[in-house]
Amino acid sequence: MDNTFLQTFKIQGGNIYNAGKASTEIKAILKQLGINAKIVRRVAIASYEAEMNVVMYAKQATLKFEVSPSQISITVEDEGPGIPDVGLAMQEGYSTATPEMREMGFGAGMGLPNIKKNSDYLKIESILGKGTKVTITLNVN
Amino acid sequence: MKLETIVNKLGLRLLCSEKKLKQEITGGYASDLLSNVIARSKQGDVWVTMMSHANIIAVAVLKDLGGIIITEGREPDTDTIKKATEEQVPLMLTTLSTFQVVGKLYEMGIHPGS
Repeated sequence: MDNTFLQTFKIQGGNIYNAGKASTEIKAILKQLGINAKIVRRVAIASYEAEMNVVMYAKQATLKFEVSPSQISITVEDEGPGIPDVGLAMQEGYSTATPEMREMGFGAGMGLPNIKKNSDYLKIESILGKGTKVTITLNVN
Repeated sequence: MKLETIVNKLGLRLLCSEKKLKQEITGGYASDLLSNVIARSKQGDVWVTMMSHANIIAVAVLKDLGGIIITEGREPDTDTIKKATEEQVPLMLTTLSTFQVVGKLYEMGIHPGS
């Protein structure tokens, strides 16, 4: 498609002290593209939670951000430990955050549920010991 | 209510983003769990927390919050202040507890945002 916007971000795992960079940029881009503010916030939330999961658990990841006239999609593919039980991870309140993460205000067990709530389509594919691929799509209209 | 009124009435120390003092605060939210804030805060809220690290700025930017009040005398590091300045997020400090700040805000008419 001609008018599709595509940008790729690299996310480095480990540095939980200053994360959220890709999501902040994504939000700025969507604002510039004139996307409805409510949708911009939903995308920002979903993308932030996905980004934080990489920062907290994975080694690194690629975040692919795509905007077409009808859809916004974010695909995060990481090299990481994988999620042993996706169903459990989707439950609000369930968290595997370390004490260090919890001290910083993470580990509410709301990451994946927040993504689900703020997306129209969510797919999580995970292979233990290899990594996780999260595909998030939102309809623009 | 203007942010300026809150800063003055609560005697807060504003660290940056003075330009935002005239901005309207339309509600409030208090939590130290970032995902909670991401999920439940509303645009234009003032956020009360004792978290003081740089991640709070990203959360405030993503949710279009009106400002952050850091309680219990906690001091953010230079990285946090730098990011807040860049993103124009008002950072305000107080020695009061979160409970006290929220109580005062409620009395002033700041309620959960919608």
